[in-house]
Amino acid sequence: MAEKTKLKGLSRELIALRVASELEDGTYVNLGIGIPTLISDWIEGRDIVLQSEIGMLKTGPLATGDDVDQDLINASCQPVTALEGTSYFDIAESFGMIRGQHIDVAVMGALQINDKGDYAGWSNPARGLFVGNIGGSMDLCAGAKKLYIAMEHTTRDGQYKVVKELSYPATALGMVSMLFTDLAVMEITPKGLLLHEVAPGISAEDVQSVTEPKLIISKDLQEMQF
Amino acid sequence: MEKVFPSIDEAIADIKDGAMIAVPGFFACGVPRALLQAIIKKGTKNLTLTCGCGPLLGAADELRTLVQKGQLKKVIDSYGLFRSASKGMEDPFEQAVRAGTIEFEVYPMGTMAEKYRAGGAGIPAFYTPTGVGSVVEEGVVTNIEANRGKKETRIIDGRKYVLEYALEPDFAFIHAYIGDKEGNLRYAKTARNFNHVMATAAKVTIAEVETLVESGKLNADDVHTPGIYIHRMIQVPRPKFAITID
Repeated sequence: MAEKTKLKGLSRELIALRVASELEDGTYVNLGIGIPTLISDWIEGRDIVLQSEIGMLKTGPLATGDDVDQDLINASCQPVTALEGTSYFDIAESFGMIRGQHIDVAVMGALQINDKGDYAGWSNPARGLFVGNIGGSMDLCAGAKKLYIAMEHTTRDGQYKVVKELSYPATALGMVSMLFTDLAVMEITPKGLLLHEVAPGISAEDVQSVTEPKLIISKDLQEMQF
Repeated sequence: MEKVFPSIDEAIADIKDGAMIAVPGFFACGVPRALLQAIIKKGTKNLTLTCGCGPLLGAADELRTLVQKGQLKKVIDSYGLFRSASKGMEDPFEQAVRAGTIEFEVYPMGTMAEKYRAGGAGIPAFYTPTGVGSVVEEGVVTNIEANRGKKETRIIDGRKYVLEYALEPDFAFIHAYIGDKEGNLRYAKTARNFNHVMATAAKVTIAEVETLVESGKLNADDVHTPGIYIHRMIQVPRPKFAITID
């Protein structure tokens, strides 16, 4: 694939903000490593409960200074705080909660995604290892009621991440319902990727130029609102 | 029942070469660091350490020493490699995995949790939806190609599941912030993670506790792990961890 001019899209923080505005009040949400972790900065004070697979519900903001406690971290190994109403539990309980479809939304990062809702995130073949860090990603895919992906639209050197067929090892097949990137908001539908929103200054043609599968353009296509 | 041992060395004295030991902890949180240091000192070889979420990334110094002293045969985990590929290349454990001198077997984290829960609860195997559609469904994910045995799958009510087996390690090393002399344990916050399920799964469970109290001093309603699962105990100083992973 020829190298493409990198389009100027949203910052990682603004991708996180756009996902945050999609999350509904009264929901239980799990955030993966990377851009998804940044979503927590945008939902403080809202009626959204963050589950951390280490065994915590109602995970609070990151801890700093004297609040840092080595017995209190999130699943990304960051020190966090508790809130009023926080609970702790063991790991079998935590993953029972996840596989048992009690989590409303999981937001994960991805290395590749296709228009059927398959995605790859646990292993980059460039590392040259058959084994890798699966963590809790496959459990969240299997059990969350909705799976969103938040990621940069292309690789750093402008290669496709939204592809026709995964060339990286899959995390899960057909489970992703929404894709949020620095350029666009897309829904995975039975007919393919439906483009709902574009970032400010970005056109549908721009998004298509860095997306391998053919996009379906919503008749209500909008610019993202912040 | 006398469960408290006079020293950590006596508590692990009968662990022989080739033992399988469960190591709890979620990165740097809830790792039985004193027991890991004791097994390093003892020099036991051919160990299989079965983990859950990267306790050996949290106890990075101990992992490096175990690798350099040639004590490890195999590690089982959901997340055992450095996140950074360039740092991984410099890591003695990853180098040994690449060279095939240490086996590294990988499962999804929830499957690891359930392997211990099942092992402790008399369930030999279980069907899980986790991993379907990935290499986890096809066979055992390990760096040693000859050990990538096929896994069974089954369709139940129209959905595909993969059969995974329970784990019953020879020993479990447990870290709790408080325990009474009955072996009843209580963990602090997210340091509970894999400690409870591993305590139930192992044939012999050895708990290091930061505070050891007389029977009756831990409120019965506050017990996380009942004493029946705990065979040996020692008191250790509160460990210190850098709360970070590379």
